[in-house]
Amino acid sequence: MAESGLLFEGSDWDFSVLDRSYVAIEAVARQDLELDLYANQIEIISSEQMLDAYSSVGMPLMYRHWSFGKHFIQNERAYKKGQQGLAYEIVINSNPCVSYCMEENSMPMQALVIAHAACGHNHFFKANHLFKQWTDPEGILDYLDYARGFVANCEERHGQREVERILDAAHALMGSGVFRHRRPPSLSLKAERARERERLAEEEKRVHYLWDSVTRGSRSTASDETEARERKRRMRLPEENIIFFIEHYSPVLEPWQREVLRIVRNIAQYFYPQKQTQIMNEGCACFVHYHILTLMHQRGQIDDGAMLEILHSHTNVLTQPDYDDRRFSGINPYALGFAMMQDIRRICEDPTDEDRHWFPDTAGCGDWRGVLKDAWANYRDESFIQQFLSPKVMRDFHMFALSDDATDPWFLVSGIHDEQGYRVVRDAMARTRDISIQEPEIEVADVDLLGDRVLQLRHIRRDGIPLDPAQRDATLAHVRALWGYAVRMQEN
Amino acid sequence: MAQFIDRRLNPKDKNLGNRRRFIDRVRNHVKSAVDEAVKRRDIANADREGRVSVPADSINEPAFRHARDGGRRERVLTGNKQFHGGDRLNKPPAGGAGGRGRKGSKDGDGEDDFVFILSREEFLDIFFEDLELPDLIKRTLKELAATRPHRAGLSVTGSPGNLNVERTLRNAMGRRLALHRPTDREIREIRGRIFELEAVALPSEAQRAELIELREALETRQRRQKLVPYLDPLDVRYNHFEQRPEPNANAVMFCLMDVSASMREREKDLAKRFFVLLHLFLMRRYEKVELVFIRHTHQANECDEETFFHSRETGGTVVSTALVEMKRIVDARYPAADWNIYAAQASDGDNYSGDSAGCAAMLEAELMPLCQYFAYVEIIDEEEAQFLTNDRTGTELWLAYRGVAEALPNFAMKRISGPGDIYPVFRELFSRDLAKATDG
Repeated sequence: MAESGLLFEGSDWDFSVLDRSYVAIEAVARQDLELDLYANQIEIISSEQMLDAYSSVGMPLMYRHWSFGKHFIQNERAYKKGQQGLAYEIVINSNPCVSYCMEENSMPMQALVIAHAACGHNHFFKANHLFKQWTDPEGILDYLDYARGFVANCEERHGQREVERILDAAHALMGSGVFRHRRPPSLSLKAERARERERLAEEEKRVHYLWDSVTRGSRSTASDETEARERKRRMRLPEENIIFFIEHYSPVLEPWQREVLRIVRNIAQYFYPQKQTQIMNEGCACFVHYHILTLMHQRGQIDDGAMLEILHSHTNVLTQPDYDDRRFSGINPYALGFAMMQDIRRICEDPTDEDRHWFPDTAGCGDWRGVLKDAWANYRDESFIQQFLSPKVMRDFHMFALSDDATDPWFLVSGIHDEQGYRVVRDAMARTRDISIQEPEIEVADVDLLGDRVLQLRHIRRDGIPLDPAQRDATLAHVRALWGYAVRMQEN
Repeated sequence: MAQFIDRRLNPKDKNLGNRRRFIDRVRNHVKSAVDEAVKRRDIANADREGRVSVPADSINEPAFRHARDGGRRERVLTGNKQFHGGDRLNKPPAGGAGGRGRKGSKDGDGEDDFVFILSREEFLDIFFEDLELPDLIKRTLKELAATRPHRAGLSVTGSPGNLNVERTLRNAMGRRLALHRPTDREIREIRGRIFELEAVALPSEAQRAELIELREALETRQRRQKLVPYLDPLDVRYNHFEQRPEPNANAVMFCLMDVSASMREREKDLAKRFFVLLHLFLMRRYEKVELVFIRHTHQANECDEETFFHSRETGGTVVSTALVEMKRIVDARYPAADWNIYAAQASDGDNYSGDSAGCAAMLEAELMPLCQYFAYVEIIDEEEAQFLTNDRTGTELWLAYRGVAEALPNFAMKRISGPGDIYPVFRELFSRDLAKATDG
C-alpha cells in the first residue's frame, strides 16, 4: 500500500488509516489552498449519537428542554421510516474545531467528511468576518457547559415548570434576541461567566431603583417626566434585541430568570452568523472537499473506486431540482455556493468577454485562491451573491425571478436568465438571502415608565407582509409573561 | 494537527432527560392515551408500548413569523423552461391544492397530530401513576424477567472472587510439564549433591568435574524456572456465570366479575385496573399466565375478555355460581399440582340473600386449598366510601368473606372507590415477593 501511494483501500477504516488520511488531506488544505485552520478534533460517533446531536441544535452540550425531546422524536421517526437520512457530519464553530463523523461511513466517506468539515467549514469559521466579530469559538463549549449547569441548578431550586416557562418564552423570542446592527456588548463568553455573580446583584438593584422611584406617588409631576425621559434615553430605544431589553428592564423577573434569558440570547447570537452565511459556508466546504479530493485522486492517493463513491455523494448533495420537480424545496445552498465558487475559479483562469465585462477586477487575474479567500473572509450570502453571481451560473441554473403581489391574481416573471434579466434575478436572489428582509423586523418602540408600564413593540412591515396572527398572539403571550405587564404590538 | 476521539462507547440516550420533559409537557394527552389503552387492550397486553398522538398546537413553538399570504414577495426559482421576462402566470385558485405547497411545510408537520411511541416503561409509569404503588414495587414490576446467575463454564476474565483454583492450578501444571520446568525437588537434589561435594576436603578429579557440571546444571535449571513461571496469567480461569431467567411454572389467573346491571363503566374500569395489576404481577413471576374470565349474574359462565368487559347481562346476582364454575374449570383443566392458581374477584357487593354464607363455606372448603391467592375487591361509590370506613360492617357478602379473610392468610379483600385504593389489596402479595427477593 505504501508503494502505491494509496492512503486507503476498500471501504473499511480504522484509526491509523483515518489519521494517515487526515494528515494527507490537511497537507493539501494548508499547502495547496493555503487555508487557515483551527486545530481539529474529530469524534467518531454512532448513529444514535448523531440523532442525539441533531436534536440539540448540533451542540454536544445543551441545557435540557422539552422541545429538544420533541425534535429528537421527530428526527428519530423520520430516520426510522427512511424519510430522512442522517447527515454524514456535524461541525461546530469552536476552537479546537469539533466535527463528528459517523461510524457507519465508509472510508471514502470519512475522507470526504474530513475534507468538507474539518478543512472547509473549519476555514470558513476561522476566516469569515461575521464569525470573527460575533462569535467566541474559544469559549463556546465552556459556556454551554456553564449554561447547562446553570439551568439544571435553577430547575432544582425553582422547579422544572418555572424554568420551562422562562425557556419557552425565551425560545419564542430567539429570532428577535440578536443584535443585528450594533455589536454585542461583550464577546468573550468566559469573561461573561466570571463577571456573572456580582453583575446579577448589581443589575437587580438598578432595575428596582428604576421602577421604584418612578412609581412613587400616583400623580406624575413635571420633574418625574423629565427624569423618565432621561431614563428612556439611557434605555436606548428603539431596541432591536427584545430579549436583551426584557432581560435588562423587565420589572418582574428575578435574577436567575434574567440569566436564563441571557443564556438563550447568547446562544442565539452565536448562531446568527451561520444563518447569514449558509450558501457561502456550504459552498466553501464543498469547494474545498472537491478540490482536495480531486487533487489527491490525480496524485494517486485515492483510487478510482473510492473517488467514484465520493463523487456519487458529492453529486447527491449538490443536486438542484427544477421548480416543477416534486423534490424542489427552494435553492439548494450547497449547489449554488459550489457552483458560484467553481465559477469564480473559471473566471479567474479562463474568462469570456462577458466575464470581463461583468467582473473587470477578477477576470483573468489567475489568482483564484486569493479571490476566493477574500470572498470567504469578507462577505455574507447577500453581499456575496450581489458581488459574484455571474450570468453563466444564472444560465446554468435556468434561474428566474417571480414576484407575487397579494393584490394581483397573477405572478409576474420579473426576470429570467437573459441580458435584461440578469441584474433583476441577481438582486432578487440577494434579497432572498437577506435576513433582515426574510425575517420580521420587530423592535421595542416604547415603554411607559410613568403609567401602566405597557411595553410597546413595533413590527416594521416590509413590502406589506404581515405577521402570522396566531403565532404573533402566542408569542406576545410569552412576552407578556416575561414583562409582567401589558404588551402591545403595533404594526405599520 | 487532529485529535481523533472515539465516542461510540459514550453513554447513549443523552436525550432521555429531554424526552422525559417532553412527556411531562404533554402529560394530559399521554395520560388519556394510556387510560384509553388500558380500556381497549387485553389484560395480557396492557403493558405494551403504545402510540400516543398529541395535537400539534399543544406543543407548538411560536415565534414572530411572516404570514403565508399578503404583501409583495419575490423569489428566485430554478429550471426555467418556457418563461420570458414580463410573463404573467395565473395564480392557482385560492384554497386549491396549494400549488406546490412549498411554504406550508416550513415548520414541520403543519396541522397533523404529533405521534410518538411510548415505551413499555413510560407506559407503566403513567399507568402506575394513580395506583399509588410504592416505588420499590413499581421498579420490580417494570423488570421484564427475574434472572438468576447460573454456572456457564469458565472464562479467562472475572473477579478474584470467582477464581477457579483447581482449574487454574491444573492449567499451570500442564504448562509446566509441557515446557519442562525444573521442579523444586530436582533443584533441591542438585543442591544437596553440590553441598555434599563441596564438603569433601580433597575432591578427586572426577568429583571436581562433577561439581562444575552440577553447578552449571543448577544455573540453567534456575534460569529455566524463572523463564517458565510456576503460575502464569495464562493459566488463570474464573468461574463464569450467566444470567438466566428464573425457571417459572405456569400460572392461571381467574377473573371473576359480577356483570349485573349495577356494574357500570366506572366499576368495570376499576375492576379492569385491578385485574391488570394482578396480571402484571403474575407475569413477573411466571413465564406463562393463562387468563380465565368468568362472569356471573344469577348464573355464571366462562367467556372471552371482550364479552367479559363489554357485554351487559340482566338478572339477579348469585355469587356462588361463579365459584362453582371456577371449581369446575379448575377440576377440568387446571390440576392444582401443575398450576399456580390465582383468582381475582370484583363485585359491587350485591348478592342474593342467603347465598353469601354458602360462598364463604365453599371458598374455605374447596377453593382456597387449591388457590395460591384470592383477592376480592368490592367497588363502591365515592360517597359510600365516606361512611363505609369500618370493615366490620357491610353487605352480607362482605361480612361472609371477612370470615374467610380472618381464617386464611392468602385471602385478601378490600373496598375500593378509586384507582388509588387498588394496590393495598395486593400489598401482602407484593410484600411476600419482596421479602423473598431481598432474601435471595
